[in-house]
Amino acid sequence: MAAFIVRMGPLLVLWLAVFLSGTWAVDRGNFKTCDQSAFCKRQRALKPGQSPYRALLETLELTNTKLTLQLINDNNKVRLLLELYRLQGNMTRVKINELKPLKPRFEVPDVLINDPPTEPLSLLSQDENGVVLSLGADSQWLIVSAKPFRLDIMEGREVLLSLNSRGLLAFEHLRIRKDTQVDPEGAEKKEETDAANEPAEGETAKEDGMWEETFKSHTDNKPNGPSSISLDFSLPGVEHVYGIPEHADSLKLKTTDGGDPYRLFNLDVFQYELFNPMALYGAIPVMLSHSAQRTMGIFWLNAAETWVDISSNTAGKTVFGQMLDYVQGSSETPQTDVRWISESGIIDVFIMLGPTPTDVFSQYSSLTGTQAFPPLSALAYHQCRWNYNDQEDVAAVDQGFDEHDIPYDFIWLDIEHTDGKRYFTWDPHKFPQPKDMLQGLVDKRRKMVTIVDPHIKVDSSYKIHNEIRSKGFYVKNKDGGDYEGWCWPGNSGYPDFTNPEMRAWWASMFAYDQYEGSMENMYTWNDMNEPSVFNGPEVTMHKDALHGNWENRDLHNLYGLYVQMATAEGLIERSGGVERPFVLTRAFFAGSQRYGAVWTGDNTAEWEHLKISIPMCLSLGLVGVSFCGADVGGFFKSPSTELLVRWYQTGAYQPFFRAHAHLDTPRREPWLFGPENTALIREAVRQRYALLPYWYQLFYHAHHSGQPVMRPLWVEYPQDTATFSMDDQFLLGRDLLVHPVTEEGGRGVTAYLPGKGEVWFDVHTFQKHNGAQNLYIPVTISSIPVFQRGGSIIPRKARVRRSSSCMEHDPYTLFVALSPKRFAQGELYIDDGHTFNFDKQKQFIHRRLSFANKALSSRNLAPGSQFITPSWIEKIVILGASKPSKATLKTPDGKENLLEFEFDASMSVLTLRKPGVNAGVDWTVVLQ
Amino acid sequence: MDFNLAGVHWLSDLLLCTQPLPVPTIPTERQFYEENKPFTCLDGSSTIPFDRVNDDYCDCRDGSDEPGTAACPNGSFHCTNAGFRPTFIPSSRINDGICDCCDTTDEYNSGATCQNTCREMGRKERESLQIMAEITKEGFLLKQQLIHEAKRGQEDKQGKLTELQGSKKGLEEKVEALRTVKETAEDPEKEAKERHLKAWEELIRMEKDKTRMAEAFLELDDDADGYVSVAELQSHLELDPDSDGSLSETETQGLLGGADKVDTSTFETVWSGIKDKYLSETLPLFFFIRYIYRLCPFNRVSQKPKFGGSETNLGLWGQWAGPEDNLYSVMKYDHGQGCWQGPNRSTTVKLTCGKETVVTSTSEPSRCEYLMEFTTPAVCQEPASLDEVLHGHTEL
Repeated sequence: MAAFIVRMGPLLVLWLAVFLSGTWAVDRGNFKTCDQSAFCKRQRALKPGQSPYRALLETLELTNTKLTLQLINDNNKVRLLLELYRLQGNMTRVKINELKPLKPRFEVPDVLINDPPTEPLSLLSQDENGVVLSLGADSQWLIVSAKPFRLDIMEGREVLLSLNSRGLLAFEHLRIRKDTQVDPEGAEKKEETDAANEPAEGETAKEDGMWEETFKSHTDNKPNGPSSISLDFSLPGVEHVYGIPEHADSLKLKTTDGGDPYRLFNLDVFQYELFNPMALYGAIPVMLSHSAQRTMGIFWLNAAETWVDISSNTAGKTVFGQMLDYVQGSSETPQTDVRWISESGIIDVFIMLGPTPTDVFSQYSSLTGTQAFPPLSALAYHQCRWNYNDQEDVAAVDQGFDEHDIPYDFIWLDIEHTDGKRYFTWDPHKFPQPKDMLQGLVDKRRKMVTIVDPHIKVDSSYKIHNEIRSKGFYVKNKDGGDYEGWCWPGNSGYPDFTNPEMRAWWASMFAYDQYEGSMENMYTWNDMNEPSVFNGPEVTMHKDALHGNWENRDLHNLYGLYVQMATAEGLIERSGGVERPFVLTRAFFAGSQRYGAVWTGDNTAEWEHLKISIPMCLSLGLVGVSFCGADVGGFFKSPSTELLVRWYQTGAYQPFFRAHAHLDTPRREPWLFGPENTALIREAVRQRYALLPYWYQLFYHAHHSGQPVMRPLWVEYPQDTATFSMDDQFLLGRDLLVHPVTEEGGRGVTAYLPGKGEVWFDVHTFQKHNGAQNLYIPVTISSIPVFQRGGSIIPRKARVRRSSSCMEHDPYTLFVALSPKRFAQGELYIDDGHTFNFDKQKQFIHRRLSFANKALSSRNLAPGSQFITPSWIEKIVILGASKPSKATLKTPDGKENLLEFEFDASMSVLTLRKPGVNAGVDWTVVLQ
Repeated sequence: MDFNLAGVHWLSDLLLCTQPLPVPTIPTERQFYEENKPFTCLDGSSTIPFDRVNDDYCDCRDGSDEPGTAACPNGSFHCTNAGFRPTFIPSSRINDGICDCCDTTDEYNSGATCQNTCREMGRKERESLQIMAEITKEGFLLKQQLIHEAKRGQEDKQGKLTELQGSKKGLEEKVEALRTVKETAEDPEKEAKERHLKAWEELIRMEKDKTRMAEAFLELDDDADGYVSVAELQSHLELDPDSDGSLSETETQGLLGGADKVDTSTFETVWSGIKDKYLSETLPLFFFIRYIYRLCPFNRVSQKPKFGGSETNLGLWGQWAGPEDNLYSVMKYDHGQGCWQGPNRSTTVKLTCGKETVVTSTSEPSRCEYLMEFTTPAVCQEPASLDEVLHGHTEL
């Protein structure tokens, strides 16, 4: 759905200006640079140097769970309180707050899934210069240096990470405004200007923006004055850092010297540009560092506007320069320095010490939870458009998929389905009988998503508005009245989703008797939840708007998470807690993975946007959000047929697979581009459906253990430096490598197949290729280069039907790709596909499939679970096999059946015919 | 443990018994499925024992060994649909829990409860075919009449032309011969006669013109307020004085003699200025909730807000755009007014046979791309006899 399309008079002039400027891209002038954001400018003016902070070792207290210590800023004598925690699972938490703030500072609630369990810290040594603490296992130490204050985390003799080593800890303490008696229009302000490191005396310069700041025509009142915080982290030995989505940028984060820092501030950015650090719809303040030795993570738990600077001592060097260093045995250890700056709140940072990528994923998910396990159908194909016009249109599109034999599971309705953009309602002319329409989809075993945005039309004849207003659930403006802004319906209120009572009420609105016309096959899409306010500063909410006692400034980046949380809760409640919800969100924060899917917002039908979908979703996957996708085809503008086909082929192998299009673009249902292209799109979608058992299993793991579904290669090949910057190809789980064709007119791609001594099999031709090579693959318009890792077993369903529900009981085909040592391992996960019974009643099947010593077997991985499936094993395809003389199927009842097989000697593919065994039982196939 | 699906057994039992399902009921294919004889895939790619036909495992590349199961990705299933029309569905729709064949045969093992609706559908189809056949028949007759009239008109004119051309020569000679005589002798009388004739013709012409003018006024006065306004006249692009393709307000005002609107009497003067270019609006109109859509075949499609506002050009006649075998079933009007941020408006008109020439629906499936359904006898094909139609669709 769009950021802005002019449909409202007052905005017309403004937005026409955007278009008359003649560029089809974001109007950067609408969004702040660091220089235009007062606190960022103040903080960034501070250069590395001696920190004014000193640890007061005499205040040190060590309890079972934590160490506390006071810090003092020698310039202004303001004291801070440092809290250090050793957390279970190899993490360290560092909290810094004012010792005695004038009033409480905001601490982010509802993101951590619990109070993280601690482990004892022990004091190893102490002198006047500092203390050394043991972090428990692995000979890890934490060194607290007193003057200047600094923290170093060591393993053996190696420094893993240092805090405040560059002296950029800066904590703007809350203060009383001293010029309040002065005429506010009047002379320059002369309040205390002790932003951390600046000299306290003699500073008379006007402190721009400490108590008020104006951007474009919007004035931000800051009754609390300056409150920003900053801290630096040094990562010796690190040249690659990732994460901190959402940015339309490469997977490997760039250094920000000479440009703006990466910005984290949830914004509705119209026609966003690629390859820059501007803020987008969501913010996850988590950065991963990686080197061949270690992977670590920094989780900066702060929901205010945040900027992240990255610099590196090797970034500026040319390849030749680096070579020279290497040849000359030089010298400087590579190092990456990172600095986080936030507008308010406290410093609360979790240092995840890895050491492997898997460890970091487990550590982060132990803090913020794992990916919601979606209904299986949500992993299938979604057909969306702004807008399907009416019930007849929906029926015709549904029919079109059947006529062209293309599967789909969900059809989506954007804002035009409502009665005048009043969410929870239907346009009485276009959708007079929503239940008939939904029943029509039920009859085809398909589903629908309707949009429910958080802006509520201010209209006294609209029930939702009246209830929110009467309950006092709206966000308030700085003067205490209901905050109002412009969005799709015109003048709108914004429910205060940070209020748990509001969220409970909102959730109750999804009950079948509240949301009229809804049925169990109807799910929800939360758009515009940054929140988008067309006439607000930077197209979002005023920072001085009030959520109870807190300003939007303090919690801005949390709003979208709460909207999705409340909506997902509503979908769970309406089913009595039985059904898994499916909710798509545009805005997100750390922890949003627990509530559903995200997409990369309003992209454009251009080849570069297709390419950027890979790093954007990889970055999200690294920080917990596995269920990610980009609008297939591109939202703005109209794709060429070739781009559309390539986008389907790429999207079929990305987690959230939804086609979407802007209202003003020509129709682009898959069959509108001639029979050849219909066939190409059909094939891409069918590949997706055949692979759904594997997708589902990957999401089960993401839910279970926090491992990302879509992974950069370095996650599985952490020592292979060739993979560290790759973002034109990716892995699904460990076992599938995908290198989609994203070049216009592409005749070939060069895929890097990792793993020395490993082999990879082309999933279409079964051709075997060696690992650790760059492989040139000639491609045609029908090619989707995908490879299965030798040593893996992947289940598929070869009988692709019109929706995933129709395939529920179908048999499985197992693709066994043998490693050079003739070994392979995989899994099979089965449950009912849509309820919480897998969790609450352990109703699922989880099996270990392994091939070793010429025998393939299926063993139970979850003895405590039970589930009955009618599905059976239809076929077993063994890649890299030799020809057996016979194949025998053994079942636990002692029966032995000979299996027929075919052997393709040219490709070394052995196909076992119809084992027929139920997918949920133990069995073994022995090859002789 | 029984590794086979119960349904598969049931199916193979059926095969071995007398019930013909689900081996193809098409005589030409049925012969290949002979019980207890090895089955050769229809593409000849391989031969398998007969017990592997319909055993829920795909052995043939072309899917021909599994005509009754969903095992082959490229297979198809034949619904006999006794009482209705037999059809093929993709194999993937067998036992998918959705009733596809009206005789329910596609859902023999899915637990779906399907009702046999063939008889009902057959009845409905026969009814609608009958109605269609009648429409086609009448429409075709109308078309014949139209053709006949047009032909006769053409023949008449052609005949007259030949006749006139024949007599022209003789007359010319006569005229030549008599001219001198006439000129000298009858000059005064001729002048008088010519005057009289001219006057008479002028009178007739004026009467006709008055009628046309009155009709035009009624047509133009969309809101029936007794005035023709600038807005109302502005849609008539054919009146564009400078032929630049648009009729500006000023230009229209010029046409109205500088007035914003004119009543019937003033319209007389206006009429004299526009009558040579004026194109009648007596063309099919379709009333939509908010807009009046106007289709002028082979000319243009336009949209006008029902309550005031200027007309929007939804496309000018472009070309026939039907499929190869039925090119004249679809008209394409394009190069209409440009859309904000979008393409130029265009309209696709689907023609179907009907007794009346009328637009039956208008929609905008995609922004600025319009779709009209248009019925007219002009596209009616000669109907097969009704019996033939019905018989052709009701096997068994």
